[in-house]
Amino acid sequence: MTSAVQSQTQSQGQSQGQSQATPAIELRGISKAFGPVQANKDISIRVMPGTIHGIIGENGAGKSTLMSILYGFYHADSGEILIDGRPTRIPDSQAAIRAGIGMVFQHFKLVENFTVLENVVLGAEDSGLLRPSLARARSELRRLAQDYELEVDPDAVIEEIGVGFQQRVEILKALYRKADILILDEPTGVLTPPEADHLFRILRNLREQGKTIILITHKLREIMEITDTVSVMRRGEMTATVRTADTSPAQLAELMVGRKVLLQVDKAPAHPGAPVLEVENLRVTDAKGVERLKGVSLAVRAGEILGIAGVAGNGQSELLQVLGGTMRATGAVRLNGRPLDLSGREDARDRRAAGIGHVPEDRQTQGLILDFAAWENVALGYHDREAYTNGPMMDQAAMKADTADKMQRFDVRPPNPLLAAKNFSGGNQQKIVVAREIESGPALLLIGQPTRGVDIGAIEFIHKQIVALRDQGKAILLVSVELDEILSLSDRIAVMFDGRIMGERLAGQTDAGELGLLMAGITEGAR
Amino acid sequence: MDWSTLLQIFDATIRLATPLLLACLAGLFSERAGIFDIGLEGKMLASAFLAAALAAVTGSIWLGLLAGIAGALVLSAIHGLASITFRGNQLISGVAINFLAAGLTVVVGQDWFAEGGRTPQLGEGERFRQLTLPGASEMADLPVLGPLYSDVLSGHSILTYMALLAVPLSWWVLYRTRFGLRLRAVGENPAAVDTAGISVTRLRYSAVAIAGLLCALAGAQLSTAEPAAGFVRDMTAGRGYIALAALIFAKWRPVAALGACLLFGFLQALALRPALFEQTLGFRVQGQLLDALPYILTVVILAGFVGRAIPPRAGGEPYVKER
Repeated sequence: MTSAVQSQTQSQGQSQGQSQATPAIELRGISKAFGPVQANKDISIRVMPGTIHGIIGENGAGKSTLMSILYGFYHADSGEILIDGRPTRIPDSQAAIRAGIGMVFQHFKLVENFTVLENVVLGAEDSGLLRPSLARARSELRRLAQDYELEVDPDAVIEEIGVGFQQRVEILKALYRKADILILDEPTGVLTPPEADHLFRILRNLREQGKTIILITHKLREIMEITDTVSVMRRGEMTATVRTADTSPAQLAELMVGRKVLLQVDKAPAHPGAPVLEVENLRVTDAKGVERLKGVSLAVRAGEILGIAGVAGNGQSELLQVLGGTMRATGAVRLNGRPLDLSGREDARDRRAAGIGHVPEDRQTQGLILDFAAWENVALGYHDREAYTNGPMMDQAAMKADTADKMQRFDVRPPNPLLAAKNFSGGNQQKIVVAREIESGPALLLIGQPTRGVDIGAIEFIHKQIVALRDQGKAILLVSVELDEILSLSDRIAVMFDGRIMGERLAGQTDAGELGLLMAGITEGAR
Repeated sequence: MDWSTLLQIFDATIRLATPLLLACLAGLFSERAGIFDIGLEGKMLASAFLAAALAAVTGSIWLGLLAGIAGALVLSAIHGLASITFRGNQLISGVAINFLAAGLTVVVGQDWFAEGGRTPQLGEGERFRQLTLPGASEMADLPVLGPLYSDVLSGHSILTYMALLAVPLSWWVLYRTRFGLRLRAVGENPAAVDTAGISVTRLRYSAVAIAGLLCALAGAQLSTAEPAAGFVRDMTAGRGYIALAALIFAKWRPVAALGACLLFGFLQALALRPALFEQTLGFRVQGQLLDALPYILTVVILAGFVGRAIPPRAGGEPYVKER
């Protein structure tokens, strides 16, 4: 399959006469190893000027490493970089900027308490005094805003503007430095669907003005929507480069994973039973006095998955933390009719005892202790259960045996209970957490961002486990910022915005468009 | 309390606030760049000793000051090496510097002068004179403003005037220059600076060096500016920590730092006059209690009772380049 696509690509390249045009970027035989791990293996790629070139691949496929080499963060062990046909050395970011390369990182590199203007100017000042630089930047920003639909208030402070605007600042930074080649790393992860649409309009504008754009993503939909050409990476290798028009999501997924992948979750209709979780008028005020939850009410029934959609930071995390027992709140929560204490007297351990399993949103800081071995992590929070104890002592042998068993059933690789959690890939770390929480036999499973930073193969597996748990008649509260995940996994969907539930829909009776509006706090256009 | 007493207290306030202000600005540059500096105390102490010792040996206060600056810069370099290059814990490095300075000044002082860690009394030319500002005598007869100028503002060491000038200068550097923008940025988000193609390491070392220089001036003021004229062991007496408290109180802003240091200086000036309390309050206040006033205020401030102070976000964290 892979080789078929490659040969197909080559013939296309020749037939289009691309060999005559000079690529904006050409990488030849780039290799990079971190110790024993070969992050990039002999990668060659040609990116044509004035195109949007997608790079897709699973986590750990080497996309970010490759782009870091291009931006001067890392040095390739071997290989060559050509910019506009000229061999170019890129020892540091300054050199990349000089070569006309701009990068928009997944995690923005902005100074939060600086203004937009100060962030744009930082590192590209004209002289030792600020005033003239800021004045020039101000007029330059006005021009860029007109040319590319990149409107941002230059005097706004970064921490007070939304992520969509922050991302525009990152793009403006690159354009202000005269970048002709723009690399965007997973740019839509933090955006609402309307914001993502706006970003794509900006990218198309940039392409029309002759800029070259490299878009790194794991979202097949985005690749199909906006790119001209797409390169697929798997395990450090470039497995194919194809014209987007000639491919399909299923084919790309297969190239990424190396086998056929079910993109749609296969699940039977739900048979919801009695309510397991009932939440009434939940309110949380944080340490700064900001109200994070403003009267949330919802119910999850047995044998049903309730998905909470929403852009990150609209109260979903607080909801999970309150239910998981790590945050105080006011209001009422009942589990199987029994009220839970929200005043802080009950902690996460009491919640577990009450029958709530919790896969936290951030597995690395809340779900695992990265320096602990897999077996210790699997026992964590359940270490005082009878099966794990031997009188007052921990029964380490039992814990290790049980972990080995769970690792087998949840396909954790490598299946070594003694390995520290930090040495597993993101997907396998998540499988460890999911295995621990599902196998504890909860009446209610709270699961936050189950597949964030998890590769496609593992996503498929984790989704299957969640559906299987539902089919056993357990209640599941799913929080995810991935709308596709919410849509394919949930039986019922509630949308959160600004600490409130904006609306509830049955999964079969709504679509991304309607949910996107609700996620932006707009209730009118929605049914 | 009469007018002349008040003037004397104000005069003492400015004199006592000088080392605090210089140390506070030192901390400000360092912490704004993301390097916590608990070693202000040690750097002041080292400079106080070296300035007094070299002034006594060479007979020149300026050579003494240079020695003080060199000493503080060496300690700064150690702090930079530990916390920037080797990404160590900044608090531990700072504490180590304080111990180093406290021990070495006494040991070396005893070895050189054999006066129990003291330096000899500094004579004329070996210490900073009290400068009379131009027009001080002519202004003296003006009501209110006159005495404030000629009795309070005039008659301090050159270091005091350098400290006062350092306040607007620091503000200007921080907020009006490219260096200042980058310095503030590196304390908030070093990754932003790094990806902009600027060296995080170089910026942070510059900040730490500026802190060393300012600490050196603070130390020299303690041991070589009149009326003090010589080094006494542990003569900084926690002023480095008070400067840190003032820095937090001032929320890492130069002009507010001046206000905070004047307040601490005022408390120290009051503590010098226990009789005054007896007069106004009608009963005797223990001198030790008065001496403790600035420290009590320090504890109150550090405990966070005075508003919400948000430190530079990247403060205390070594910068590690990430993918």
